[in-house]
Amino acid sequence: MKNRSLVSIDDFSTEEILKVLDLAEGFEKQPIRKLLEGKVIATLFFEPSTRTRLSFESAINRLGGKIVGFSDSSSSSVSKGETLHDTIKMVSSYSDLIVMRHPIEGSARFASEIASVPVINAGDGANQHPTQTMLDLYSIRKTQGTLNNLNIFMVGDLKYGRTVHSLIMAMSRWNATFNFISPEELRMPDEFKLYLDNLGLKYYEHSDFTDIISKADIIYMTRVQKERFSDPIEYEKVKNVYVLRSSMLKNTKPNMRILHPLPRVNEIHTDVDANPKAYYFEQALNGVFTRQAILCTLLGIN
Amino acid sequence: MKEPKQMSVSAIQNGTVIDHVPARNLFKVIQILGLDRIDNQITFGTNLESKKLGRKAIIKISEKFFADDDINRIALVAPDAKLNIIKDYEVVEKKVVEVPDYIVGIARCMNPKCITNFEMVTTQFKVVSKKNVLLRCHYCEKITNQENMQII
Repeated sequence: MKNRSLVSIDDFSTEEILKVLDLAEGFEKQPIRKLLEGKVIATLFFEPSTRTRLSFESAINRLGGKIVGFSDSSSSSVSKGETLHDTIKMVSSYSDLIVMRHPIEGSARFASEIASVPVINAGDGANQHPTQTMLDLYSIRKTQGTLNNLNIFMVGDLKYGRTVHSLIMAMSRWNATFNFISPEELRMPDEFKLYLDNLGLKYYEHSDFTDIISKADIIYMTRVQKERFSDPIEYEKVKNVYVLRSSMLKNTKPNMRILHPLPRVNEIHTDVDANPKAYYFEQALNGVFTRQAILCTLLGIN
Repeated sequence: MKEPKQMSVSAIQNGTVIDHVPARNLFKVIQILGLDRIDNQITFGTNLESKKLGRKAIIKISEKFFADDDINRIALVAPDAKLNIIKDYEVVEKKVVEVPDYIVGIARCMNPKCITNFEMVTTQFKVVSKKNVLLRCHYCEKITNQENMQII
């Protein structure tokens, strides 16, 4: 389809998601392919996000594309008061595809309606970050051999964590069971539980990080952020409770893998890094392959 | 014996009577339908007793008939409103309003971080619940509920 954008993971059907994952597998086997030769990709980062930007730029470079853009809005015309509308209009005529990160929610959907070229949402505030979800799906399928009927444990900040919300929506397509482990203040919002209820999918909530993880196929860790707590004492109490250590992995399933969107602070002890069940660094690498696949899909290149 | 005094607004010859408007939303209905900008004769009563709504309001507009799409715009603030279409002092038709599936404009997204509150963007919502109205913003995907709904 012409001018197809990826703003939210729900913009893609299940078949389309699986197609992207298959394509990403191909890029993992052979990452250097000059499929974007002669193409100009705009990377507009209205707020800094080094990890996401480098991953995209790496993907574009490996495909032989050229990059224009900025890595934070102070170096763009936004600082002169230009509207997002006008910036997108202008950049559409300079590029073949726009990758955009913006702090305002809904900005990516708006941009996709204005742009004459495809837009990839690289994060719009607390709303969506679909390429992260896609790489999570890729990592899950790769480590488990399937996306079907898995038991997904999510740990940490489940209230504000954008990545876990999108992952729930995505994994609900494959009959997942969910376990939510979080402090009281950061529990999974009702709207997502309602979403699972409506689909008849099972989920369990826990406040203790205990041996129940022995049932997990995937443990998805997230960072508990200090600024989420109104009471700093509460944060101090909580921050060391949801820390994953190597010793806790003894009774976990052999196929279990630990994912984390990164950056981590202390929620995964460094002693886990050497454990074969740690997968978060490979997960980050998978981001490059999935972004290569997404870029090619939206540009109609196979 | 004196005739009991009666206001001359009780009936209209031709026009539309909008009944069962929640009293607190009367002025929102007036605003949405643009009744503050037309020359027709309009009378309204508010804080009238209603078994169903507690306090209701009623609006009578002379020589005015609404298209369904126009009138359904008030469904957000007056979901139980009933319309009586009057011709020659007789009710010739009764209508109820229906919450549409999709709403363009009318309401503001309650998320202060939504793009629609920063740039000139017409709001769009998918109606995810019609009884207790919940709107999902087309842009930021956040829910605006009835209590926080602001009419533009």
